[in-house]
Amino acid sequence: MEIYGETLSSRLFLGTAQYPSPAILQEAIAASGAALVTVSMRREGIHGSGAGFWNLLRDTGVRILPNTAGCHSAREAVTTAHMAREVFGTPWIKLEVIGHADTLQPDVFGLVEAAKILSDDGFKVFPYTTDDLVVGERLQAAGCEVLMPWGAPIGSGRGLANPEGLRAMRAHFPELPLVVDAGIGRPSDAAAAMELGLDAVLLNTAVAKAGDPVGMARAMALAVEAGHLGHRADPMERRDMAVPSTPVLGLAELT
Amino acid sequence: MKILVNSEPREITGPSLAAALMELGYTSPAIATALNGQFVARDARAAQPLAPGDRVEVLAPMQGG
Repeated sequence: MEIYGETLSSRLFLGTAQYPSPAILQEAIAASGAALVTVSMRREGIHGSGAGFWNLLRDTGVRILPNTAGCHSAREAVTTAHMAREVFGTPWIKLEVIGHADTLQPDVFGLVEAAKILSDDGFKVFPYTTDDLVVGERLQAAGCEVLMPWGAPIGSGRGLANPEGLRAMRAHFPELPLVVDAGIGRPSDAAAAMELGLDAVLLNTAVAKAGDPVGMARAMALAVEAGHLGHRADPMERRDMAVPSTPVLGLAELT
Repeated sequence: MKILVNSEPREITGPSLAAALMELGYTSPAIATALNGQFVARDARAAQPLAPGDRVEVLAPMQGG
């Protein structure tokens, strides 16, 4: 798939937070085959812990998508994006402007405002948004060439809270890359998102908090691929009644 | 002068942001800075004067989702 003119090697994007150890994070990235991983910016201690993490990620060779997680205003998000661009050396930014502390629901007004400012400044914005079509249109008009609607609240593992909303989004934006971001809990959730025709899945907690993160990373990779291939293969329509799959013609009469 | 670095009060001689970072031991190349909520690029730190009460943020790469 292509986003912002770049070809990505897989349809799974992986977060890097909450893993039991740096070694398991590295193994999980490898097992997932992720096209890119998300990272954040946080306050640096005197001893330079951030550089160690950054070196570890660079060793994996995977593409980096910095985020603006924790920002509650467009201004904060814009400043954080600039800081991330300098440190990570990429104009790609996962734009989060959080509107509600409990649900971590995007503040879509601040999101559109920040997306416009950043796009005009050369950033390639990946907006964490809702499945609202009008907001999607505003983000596209602001310069976004990808939309990342939530599946369910961040870290909830609830799966796709509103699959019909995502289906409508797919229909409304047939050419725009759509990435389900947040809420995925199980491989079946990831497969379901892909079966709806979305282009990719971004997840973190589902892998990091699994009993076996590396095993779950592999499971998610397979689920994303299976869902994508299933969508492309044009699934059959559902039927209300049973229809025999074995031919009736030539059936013996044995009564 | 007294400034706030990542919300902690610090005493520095300054006069520039670059000098303050050096003085405080922020020597990692993998940091980014903001002054009073505005991004200050690496190349601009040496020319960025500080004033008492300034709020400096020093951020670095961290795990994220």
